[in-house]
Amino acid sequence: MAALWLARASSQLARRAARRHPPLRRPSRHGGEPASPWLLGPAAQPPVLGSPPLPAAERAFRRGFCSVRSFAGESSAAAASDEEEPENGFAGGDQQALDFPGGKVSLVAEMNFLPESHGERISCYRVLDDDGRTISGSRFQEVSKEVALKMYSEMVTLQIMDNIFYEAQRQGRISFYLTSNGEEAINIASAAALSADDIVLPQYREPGVLLWRGFTLQEFANQCFGNNMDYGKGRQMPIHYGSNRLNYFTVSSPIATQLPQAVGAAYSLKMDKKDACAITYFGDGGTSEGDFHAALNFAAVMEAPVIFFCRNNGWAISTPTTEQFRSDGVVVRGQAYGIRGIRVDGNDALAVYSAVHAAREMAITEGRPILVEALTYRVGHHSTSDDSTKYRPVDEIEHWRTARDPISRYRKWVQGNDWWSDSEESELRNRVRKELLQAIQVAERMPKPPVTELFTDVYDQIPSNLREQEQLLRDTIMKHPSDYPTDVPV
Amino acid sequence: MKLDPTVCVFGEDVGHYGGSYKVTKGLADMFGDLRVLDTPIAENSFTGMGVGAGMKGLRPVVEGMNMGFLLLAYNQISNNCGMLHYTSGGQFKIPVVIRGPGGVGRQLGAEHSQRLESYFQSIPGLQMVACSTPYNAKGLMKAAIRSENPVVLFEHVLLYNLKEKIPDEEYVLCLEEAEMVRPGEHVTILTYSRMRYHVMQAAKTLVDKGYDPEVIDIRSLKPFDLHTIGNSIKKTHRVLIVEECMRTGGIGASLRSAIIDNFWDYLDAPIMCLSSQDVPTPYASTLEDATVVQPAQIVAAVEQICQ
Repeated sequence: MAALWLARASSQLARRAARRHPPLRRPSRHGGEPASPWLLGPAAQPPVLGSPPLPAAERAFRRGFCSVRSFAGESSAAAASDEEEPENGFAGGDQQALDFPGGKVSLVAEMNFLPESHGERISCYRVLDDDGRTISGSRFQEVSKEVALKMYSEMVTLQIMDNIFYEAQRQGRISFYLTSNGEEAINIASAAALSADDIVLPQYREPGVLLWRGFTLQEFANQCFGNNMDYGKGRQMPIHYGSNRLNYFTVSSPIATQLPQAVGAAYSLKMDKKDACAITYFGDGGTSEGDFHAALNFAAVMEAPVIFFCRNNGWAISTPTTEQFRSDGVVVRGQAYGIRGIRVDGNDALAVYSAVHAAREMAITEGRPILVEALTYRVGHHSTSDDSTKYRPVDEIEHWRTARDPISRYRKWVQGNDWWSDSEESELRNRVRKELLQAIQVAERMPKPPVTELFTDVYDQIPSNLREQEQLLRDTIMKHPSDYPTDVPV
Repeated sequence: MKLDPTVCVFGEDVGHYGGSYKVTKGLADMFGDLRVLDTPIAENSFTGMGVGAGMKGLRPVVEGMNMGFLLLAYNQISNNCGMLHYTSGGQFKIPVVIRGPGGVGRQLGAEHSQRLESYFQSIPGLQMVACSTPYNAKGLMKAAIRSENPVVLFEHVLLYNLKEKIPDEEYVLCLEEAEMVRPGEHVTILTYSRMRYHVMQAAKTLVDKGYDPEVIDIRSLKPFDLHTIGNSIKKTHRVLIVEECMRTGGIGASLRSAIIDNFWDYLDAPIMCLSSQDVPTPYASTLEDATVVQPAQIVAAVEQICQ
């Protein structure tokens, strides 16, 4: 399945790229029959163990002409480069090759700058149209009815959870919340395409992945209320979930710090030769961080099995993507690092599912990082500390909340298959709502973690200085009990 | 690395090049390119990688080519390395060792002469040790790797050439323990890393002059070994701290504070602290020497304290 989509994408990409400028070929680090053989002879390559020299026939055929990396075979790329005259004046023919560290390059006497963009934007993979019908000719990863329905019900659950917790914050019951409104397909469909062994390093707008893996509504509520059942022991703000049991790394607020960590996790999987990958999520804003650049670069150099999943939702708090970067979104940057990428309609559950499924397969079997850019829209405010109507039009928000809603679109598809009915819909929504309200009540009433937990886990064992500090605090509380909350056990 | 397959090394040029000070020489040949990993130049990112790998179960040893460059990794070290065990409620541990050559060398200029122990000492969740001899370097390195907590191991650029006969077999030193270098009666001199050698040089002169200094290499910079230090102060009642950090916010400043809190009643004189000035380390050798505490100053300080 993966090979077919890749062939389609690669031939399209090859033709377009060859038209614009001579794209570079990725050198291979695998021995034997290389998926992407060395470009022009072995001599000038950097020291890499076991790279085979390109056979003479191949070299002659290339005529000193860089050719696009073809995923499923050379023919489409080669045919494209033969047919079309590249616009940038990089002529083929009997050009000499220049030898530099990094490889041979052909020379050109005309001075031409690579354009700042491809001209046309990279197209977006989509399977379901706005009415929830599969687009004719679309190729996607099939899902069983069971999985399809689980996906749907978890998307609904996520939406209801977001609404109710958001309200709880507004009522002053929790201090903070942020929603994934509009990104339910990204959350659930990507999670559904992963295995339980895949390591997830989230930013903070991906609780759906945790939900899919089995985190209960009560567990979510416990973290938000910071009670003594919270796995984080009340140490983090709401929505900073973490579960080592479910392979979901604890959320850390600073942006994009999880990207290099994902490379580290993937490195560990690679060392253990596990049938699993790492996946890390981040927004459009996160791609501006230095860690984004270095993580992608590292992952490519180290051939780490990691999926970089960008939720390009158009906004980084109040910064629109037009002020975040000037590239054609995020997907184009993959190539700069030598990383394969895809742009997908993030509000199309089936497209997201298929893309992540394929990405995972490539990451693991080929030992390479993959970049997925899911285009979507942040329907909610950045968080409960934000009022996005201050910087964007209300009708824009409304449009995306209604006409472009990923859940209703997917629902149409599921109902179109006769897998779902209106009565099941209302039953589901009522049940989830009840369960959530119940979970909140329970979480709210549970005691907070005791004062001891202020000092544990800083190190694996409590050191003497912290023990002293704890004793000091206890003594102070004993002396002035009226100055301290009564519901926190000492 | 032989005993435990989860131990791995990341850093710039640590592989076939063997590291900027050859600390990892030969390891890539023995353990391969993956376990001894040459990273691109992105300290925050390979430290972050170490954090991620540690959370997943490996025991990475992250090398800063010069410790000063680890300032670029400050975010990962403080916000993640130091914090994630705590914020995850103990679910994820980060048993990384962050190490590298630091301290003032010979005319390496300001950016290559950093004393990061003063910048890192505040970070909760981190442990810090400084080695100073071949013997304690081996023992502390082994202890740091075995520790479940993130440990920053400070090596000194000028101490790599020291030669000493050390046991071939395994030994692990305690990360939290200070080392008694020279027992004495008159004054407690607390020091670490390269300054230990300046102190011992001064000690020779002091002995000739009739003084009996007790020299302790504190080794553990966070937490301080207040047990050993306290016993010494209870005996001598006078303290001199000799460090390479800057005056403001250095290890000496914290140590002074800890001693006052705990051993005020045992002091017969104010605690003296000799440190570098609050200036970037200059390049010119005469100027550079003036910023590092010299044995003559140490002798003078002891004479003053013992009046």
